[in-house]
Amino acid sequence: MTGVELLNWARGPGLQIALVVFIVGVAIRFIEMWLLGKSPDFAEARGSAAAGGWRTLFTRSLPMPGALKRAPLVFLGGYVFHIGFFITFLFYAPHILFLRAVTGFSWPALPAYLIDVIGLVSIAALVAVLVHRLTDPVRRFLSRTGDYVAWAATFLPLLTGYFAYHRLVTDYTTMLALHVLSFELLLVLIPLTKLMHTFTFAVSRWYNGAIAGRKGVKV
Amino acid sequence: MHEPETLGDVLAKRGVSRRGFLKYCATLASLMALPPSVAAQMADKLTRATRQSVIYLSFQECTGCLESLSRTHSPTLEGLLFDLISLDYQETLLAAAGHAAEEARANAMRANSGKFVLMVDGAIPLKDGGVYSTIAGRTNIEILKEAVPHAAAVIAVGTCSSFGGLPHANPNPTGAVSVGTLMEKGLIERKPLINVSGCPPIPVVISGVVAHFLTLGTLPELDGYGRPKVFFGDTIHDRCYRRPFYDQGKFAKTFDDEGARNGWCLYELGCKGPTTYNACATAKWNGGVSFPIESGHGCLGCSEPDFWDAGSFYAPLPAPRAPLSAAAGAAIAVGVAAGAAVGLAGLYKRKKAQQAHTKLTVDDLETEKKP
Amino acid sequence: MGTSLERGIQGFIEQVDRPTASFFESCVRCGMCAHACLFYTETGDPKYTPIYKLEPLRRVWEREYTLFGRIKKWLGLSKPVTEAELKEWEPLVYDSCTLCGRCSLMCPVGNDIVYMVRRAREGMVAAGVAPDGLKQAATRAVKIGSPMGVQLPALKTQIAKAEKETGLAIPFDKEGAEYLMVLSSAEIIEFSEIIPAAARIFHAAGVSWTFSSDAFEATNSGIQIGSSDIATELVSRIVRAAERLKVKYVISPECGHAYTALRWEGPNLIGRPYPFKVIHIVELLDELRAAGRLKTEGMEDEKLTFHDPCQLVRRGGVVEPPRNVLKMVASNFVEMEDPGTLNWCCGGGGGVSSNERADELRLKVFSRKKTQLDQLGVRTLVTACSNCRDMLEDGLEHHRMDIKVVGLTEMVAEHLKQ
Ligand code: SF4
Ligand code: SF4
Ligand code: SF4
Repeated sequence: MTGVELLNWARGPGLQIALVVFIVGVAIRFIEMWLLGKSPDFAEARGSAAAGGWRTLFTRSLPMPGALKRAPLVFLGGYVFHIGFFITFLFYAPHILFLRAVTGFSWPALPAYLIDVIGLVSIAALVAVLVHRLTDPVRRFLSRTGDYVAWAATFLPLLTGYFAYHRLVTDYTTMLALHVLSFELLLVLIPLTKLMHTFTFAVSRWYNGAIAGRKGVKV
Repeated sequence: MHEPETLGDVLAKRGVSRRGFLKYCATLASLMALPPSVAAQMADKLTRATRQSVIYLSFQECTGCLESLSRTHSPTLEGLLFDLISLDYQETLLAAAGHAAEEARANAMRANSGKFVLMVDGAIPLKDGGVYSTIAGRTNIEILKEAVPHAAAVIAVGTCSSFGGLPHANPNPTGAVSVGTLMEKGLIERKPLINVSGCPPIPVVISGVVAHFLTLGTLPELDGYGRPKVFFGDTIHDRCYRRPFYDQGKFAKTFDDEGARNGWCLYELGCKGPTTYNACATAKWNGGVSFPIESGHGCLGCSEPDFWDAGSFYAPLPAPRAPLSAAAGAAIAVGVAAGAAVGLAGLYKRKKAQQAHTKLTVDDLETEKKP
Repeated sequence: MGTSLERGIQGFIEQVDRPTASFFESCVRCGMCAHACLFYTETGDPKYTPIYKLEPLRRVWEREYTLFGRIKKWLGLSKPVTEAELKEWEPLVYDSCTLCGRCSLMCPVGNDIVYMVRRAREGMVAAGVAPDGLKQAATRAVKIGSPMGVQLPALKTQIAKAEKETGLAIPFDKEGAEYLMVLSSAEIIEFSEIIPAAARIFHAAGVSWTFSSDAFEATNSGIQIGSSDIATELVSRIVRAAERLKVKYVISPECGHAYTALRWEGPNLIGRPYPFKVIHIVELLDELRAAGRLKTEGMEDEKLTFHDPCQLVRRGGVVEPPRNVLKMVASNFVEMEDPGTLNWCCGGGGGVSSNERADELRLKVFSRKKTQLDQLGVRTLVTACSNCRDMLEDGLEHHRMDIKVVGLTEMVAEHLKQ
């Protein structure tokens, strides 16, 4: 199979398949969770559950006081790769064109050299996070195969993107095809791994904040 | 058929000055990224070389490649190609026709067996026994099967013979394939093969390959697609003079907007330069006048396999090849239905468990010591 | 009918709801929750990572409620949770979790881990896999009326003593009183100073209150062991008494878990809102202070600090009242590191104090409190939970620390304006 054939497949049927698996998978996992519902709370509220929910949805992006000192790598690595991943994904011109073609929305891009640097930093952060997962007692103890699969699924689009941008390893077309395929792999794996937190984190944070908010506690 | 005469003789006869020929060689050398000093050696070697016997076969094609090669209003440098070679058979250019033409081919093949270069343009249909393209009642594949064993090397001219091109495009009704595919499948004998792709290929690239063969007696180094690296080593994008705008994120949004007038990058307008390996941005067209991007139109990717199937020429490279909304819509429907089914099953399961719940009392709790 | 693995699994199944599913769905195994839990920070043992304590519940959720889990179960690719596993997890779910809820503050994806530990215990206890100490406490609470086996006569004796000490009549079973006071058994046996203290304060502030002979025990071992059935039975006693006496408020005593049980869990256990309000005694003191009804004189000048009971702050929402009240009577009050909502548990909440098997671990992880106290160099530690107080005293003694633990209400009573 030639690079162009691979790219054509990735941009055509591959994308269709990945998108379908992604949507079906995410819908199933989200709805099967959502329908379970929550029983009403009869205790007289001290504060607003909704306010607490919304509050935590945002504030939980910041570390709990003291946490940064206790596990700096988890936090810093986590921040860098999450933010870096989303910047490269959302603000690289070709990606915006893709998103525009899919969603109809578009926005200004960041210069390519900036994306390049951010991508590289994100790759470094992900490597650090992996090393930490493999060496730190808590992380290693908790990790299951799926955690490494999810790591790889996050890492590969960044790596292949970097390779493609710099014309490394193989010809651009093939690398671009691999890049698109790695993104599709990521899409497919979101509903199949913990990457599902992309969507459910909002529900989790909301409930955590709401349950506490009702009691007048800010968490 | 032809007396073996040196190229020098031919050039002299045609009144090509040594200066003009040197200039031609210098152009080739620079295109092939050879040091300028080589140009003189090349000129020397070429002048002393005997003309290369070439047989040129055309199959499922549009004659665009030959047009590109031969349509020279004034004596351009590429036109010199015809002076480098002894074109012993070319259907379109041949004066003879019918049986006489077929005979010419047979003769040329016999006379130069093992020495001639076989140039092929057009794809070869295989479906239904190859009946979709025949010459004098013989299918393309038959003709090729007969010619290839006698050739010293095969040059696939144009994207059709290199990769299948337009005839091969989805749904490929004639089962068209490239020369390379035929060799891979063992349908024709394996011979050194160079793909000079492009729809059409750049003339100077064709003559460059021939010149390389004549001067060095070898085939140039090839890329993964069998294309000479010297011409197909970089993407249009990497050599494009509009590239800085790409890096800065400045894109023309329509063909006549401010950005287009300012010469910004054509990526958003569908330019396939980033995935296209060809020499357009450096060799240019029409004697070095311009190339498509310079004229304001994105690259179509014509030198790449399956470029016809890469979606709209005007859709940006990252855009999906086909609309996704139908698939997405169906997926949402299926996902919601399946999710609801699993969710309701879960609810039912929990309800059943809650109904079956019997009150736990402290009497149920067994302890080792009695409280 | 006894307990059984099957009952336990059913118990887990009953407990899975949207938040639980979302939490399991969201966990990224970042391990951050470990760093919030004193059982990990003080031991360094990864098995104490809070989310790991929920493995049995997580597996049941996955097998029973997710499509992929159900497929795996159907294909025989996943094993059911076994009794042996539940036994293995028992010390994790009970001994090394005080339901302090600190982990729920840490989790970056927002998992309310303690919410799930509480639910996991429902399944554990239905499977009969719970610490003996807790089973016994729950049995005593249901059968005798108090987890420590305290009975009405004991309370009456203490009340008589208090009446003599204060010269005030302490109301009993007074219908139409505004407040019904309940106590934790520790306050009846060990820290009975609370009774005269409350009597004096309420008298001075003109609060109309009463005890009830039907319901005097505020703690709820049912919640600690994780059985809503038992918890409902226990909380219903108070609800019935309060309704019978037609009080407007029930005062939760200086006990954190009692407050959670009464204030936040109770209405959900009985399945309806209360016709009365529940107020923690410290909240009441603060209200009286704000209304100018609580007048004190003199100050403790010595440097002292306040230990926040988890169930009051993080799990209860009572953060400022104890500070407001304490500042009335203490001039040199200093905060610990991580005060208020961020507090570290004494190590004995969530039923750990009733679970002798956990003593060693509890005393070990007390090193967290020790570090906090050492940083301040105080000699007096005030708190507002008799269970915390008990555990703090035990921990301080074990770590040979010369620090006195005082109940806040008591301290206020000592400074009441005569
Ligand atoms: S610019 Fe692109 S499409 Fe145009 S001729 Fe060159 S390779 Fe073909
Ligand atoms: S609730 Fe407290 S003791 Fe229990 S796991 Fe969480 S942090 Fe640890
Ligand atoms: S902190 Fe939250 S996401 Fe991280 S391991 Fe604990 S429960 Fe999972």
